[in-house]
Amino acid sequence: MFNVNHPVLYGLAALVILYVLGQSIFFTMKAYQRAREMGMKKALLRSIVRGSAVFTVAPAVAILIGVIALSQYLGLPLPWLRLSVLGAITYELPAASAAASALGISMTDTLLDARAYSTIAWVMTLGILSGIVVITFFFRRIEKGLMTIKSKDEKWGALLMDSLFIGMVSAFLGMIFSRIRLGLAGWIPVFVMIFSSILMLVFGYLVKKRKIAWLENYAMPFSMLGAMAFSIPLTFWIGG
Amino acid sequence: MSMYEQKIHRWGRISGILAMVMFIAYPLLMSLYFNAWPYLGALGKGLIGVVPIFYTVGIIEALTYGPMLGAGGSYLGFVTGNITNLKAPCAINAMKVAKAEPGTPEGEVVSTLAIGVSSIVTTIILFIGMVLLSSLAPILESPVLKPAFDNILPALFGGLAVVFISRNWKIAIGPMLFMLALFIVQPGLADAVSMLVPVGAVIAILISRLLYKKGKL
Repeated sequence: MFNVNHPVLYGLAALVILYVLGQSIFFTMKAYQRAREMGMKKALLRSIVRGSAVFTVAPAVAILIGVIALSQYLGLPLPWLRLSVLGAITYELPAASAAASALGISMTDTLLDARAYSTIAWVMTLGILSGIVVITFFFRRIEKGLMTIKSKDEKWGALLMDSLFIGMVSAFLGMIFSRIRLGLAGWIPVFVMIFSSILMLVFGYLVKKRKIAWLENYAMPFSMLGAMAFSIPLTFWIGG
Repeated sequence: MSMYEQKIHRWGRISGILAMVMFIAYPLLMSLYFNAWPYLGALGKGLIGVVPIFYTVGIIEALTYGPMLGAGGSYLGFVTGNITNLKAPCAINAMKVAKAEPGTPEGEVVSTLAIGVSSIVTTIILFIGMVLLSSLAPILESPVLKPAFDNILPALFGGLAVVFISRNWKIAIGPMLFMLALFIVQPGLADAVSMLVPVGAVIAILISRLLYKKGKL
């Protein structure tokens, strides 16, 4: 008898997650070995590992909240799988709702129909494959194109990379301002962003002028966590 | 191309193809086991609702994040997901700490290392979260903590903005002002932010090309 938390579904999800975990461990080890061959110091690599782990905690907990939100409707295994690998809540939620609305069902109650569940699982899976297909089959070509640009003019190549990053950051910064016309509550994300920037500047000052070197690795995660904490009293004060 | 670089492409392709097989295995085996095949009409409708937007986003993300994250980072990042909200910022942070430039061999290994560690930690946190779900859910979903998680993107990008504006404010100011104006005029675009990443990148590239040609960078 089907239910959204059936042990078989847990088994299938665990299998896929284990594969991806194995792949992550493999790539991490290979990159570590390569970095050592290139002469990077063990201490630096360890600090990168620690810094990346600390950096990941808050976003990963946010992902966990996404799993919990989806699990009320889809059960735990499918959201657990989809958010541990491949997806992101910004994709999974619209994909699940698109499938649900095509089925004419609401996303408030737990699914009972196995075929409806299967429809949603297929839509969520097939709907997201483009990125991984492009990277798997065409990444080499993308990289060759970049290499050609770089070999012609190294400085321009570096500027091009910076421009890509700036493009990403500018789009998200713009998005943070998208609710300001809603009044003071709409400014909350803006204030949080500014607070995070100020923390980053303060940490930068401590690292460079006060020579607190260890802080450099944690400047970004601490700015993020500090700004997240700041948003709590701010929201209660403004009344978001 | 070094041995490592050649190998990383081979590992990336093999593991990517295997990952796709594994991802499809979940709905396939589930359908087989429960003999529950999707309603074809709804499957078609659902895909039509999702594919045009998300395939475009997927291709755009591959083209923009691919060069930033390097070969190993991209092969792994696109399998493990959560690129914008976690893997890319994490890789940027690591490259900054290691003083390695993206697109160089050093940047590439550091980015791969950061994305690998981040993926492992995410998997562990989600697993612990699942096991402790009944005791954790009320805390994580409490109204007190809600604003913190609602504001994770501003908290993340505030710090990142400092890094990129201080590196190259001449390039950054144009696309930022453009995006600011765009989102204030059209707040509905917030749902399509991924589509605007390449727009910002194109503006930044044009500005930096112009300034570079004039010798101002």
